[in-house]
Amino acid sequence: MQESMKQKALALLADGTVDRVLGWKKGDFVYDVTPAVFESTEEVERDFTFSVFCGSNLSKYLVKESRKEGKILVFFKPCDAYSFAQLLKEHRVIREKVYAVGIECYGKADIDKLRDKTGATVIHSVGEANGTLTVRCFGGKEHTVPLYDVLLEKCESCKSKKHPVYDELLGDEGEVVDDCNRFDSVAKLEAMTPDERYEFWRGELSRCIRCNACRNVCPACTCEKCIFDNDASGVAQKAAADSFEENMFHIIRAFHVVGRCTDCGECSRVCPQQIPLHLLNRKFIKDINELYGEYQAGADPDTRPPLVNYNTGDVEPSIVYERGGKENG
Amino acid sequence: MQVKNEFRPKIVAFCCNWCSYAGADLAGTNRLQYPADVKIIRVPCSCRVNPLFILRAFQRGADGVILCGCHPGDCHYTSGNYYARRRMTLLFSMLDFLGIERERTRVEWVSAAEGAKFAATMNEFVETVTKLGENKRLEDLRCKKA
Repeated sequence: MQESMKQKALALLADGTVDRVLGWKKGDFVYDVTPAVFESTEEVERDFTFSVFCGSNLSKYLVKESRKEGKILVFFKPCDAYSFAQLLKEHRVIREKVYAVGIECYGKADIDKLRDKTGATVIHSVGEANGTLTVRCFGGKEHTVPLYDVLLEKCESCKSKKHPVYDELLGDEGEVVDDCNRFDSVAKLEAMTPDERYEFWRGELSRCIRCNACRNVCPACTCEKCIFDNDASGVAQKAAADSFEENMFHIIRAFHVVGRCTDCGECSRVCPQQIPLHLLNRKFIKDINELYGEYQAGADPDTRPPLVNYNTGDVEPSIVYERGGKENG
Repeated sequence: MQVKNEFRPKIVAFCCNWCSYAGADLAGTNRLQYPADVKIIRVPCSCRVNPLFILRAFQRGADGVILCGCHPGDCHYTSGNYYARRRMTLLFSMLDFLGIERERTRVEWVSAAEGAKFAATMNEFVETVTKLGENKRLEDLRCKKA
């Protein structure tokens, strides 16, 4: 895959179709890849990489990149393409300035899980073949592990392998995954009593250090000026002072992307404190699906998002108590 | 003199200018009783209330928050309350998901002619919140009086 992507990038740069390439750049270690913009064929030759560690979503960079001179080539995994489609729907990206190449994806690996499963410490290289990763360490030790066992959390319940938008595809076009069971973890929490849920979320959210990584990486969070950067709000650029601020930050962060969150799972991936932030977003998606009909952000350009739409027969907010759930014991 | 120490909840009621605020007014002119714990905030439309208003009310010491607007279909701005309805449903569901007592939040449609309904709703809501006691799960200690 890396070779064909590299060739594609070089060819399009050489014939002048695009002026820049947005992809992943090699780091010091094999798992240490960063999103990067390449401006010349030499840079692509030298630094371009694509591997099982390229989990990051490139779509958000296009908000700025598509406003620059010239056209940019970008590589999308299916989940990134959903985010891109959603950004197009919101007119945040200039479509004509982007040449989108869809790439097939069988899930990306989590380096921490990989280390846990294999016990490998100083990793030299990781090879992928037929769903198995071969990890070679400095010193010659070799481990093999199925990719399935070390998937990123967001890939474990992958919702779709189909690209909603692209100019060209490399590899096979996949299908929407119907039985991804991505709401199972939300349903598990819903089945708890309010006290248990409260304890669970206090345990998770109190670890938040307000680094804003979840907001910064989120392809739906593209406001020029974010509410959390408003100095008058009292919560700008500082750690949460108490449990209220922790709750508020996470409720509002999730609420601001309701109906626009494509469930790409980047928020949880980048969280340095391993808070399962995607559960908050998924709870909203689940509620929307149950109360207002199935809706997948980024899936198609024409449907109206649920929060800027209504039906006269919508359920009343009292559904929350009627649906109930367990009482405290 | 004896000081009563029983718990009185603080209730914030967001009332839309066109129906519910007038409904509250009617309750007043009809001499209908409802607890003084309810503090009314007038908003142009129920749709004006964004989720942060509700959270802020809890932060500043409210024990319960109720949003009142025109009946669906009667919005002065045609469709404001329909949007508010979806928004609040999702927000309340999220608060419940985080383990915050779901009875502390409510939406009620009160028209300008329903003074009696306004008073009855407030009586009932204050009673519910009094039973729940102080808001501990969404409080901000810095905003509490020493």
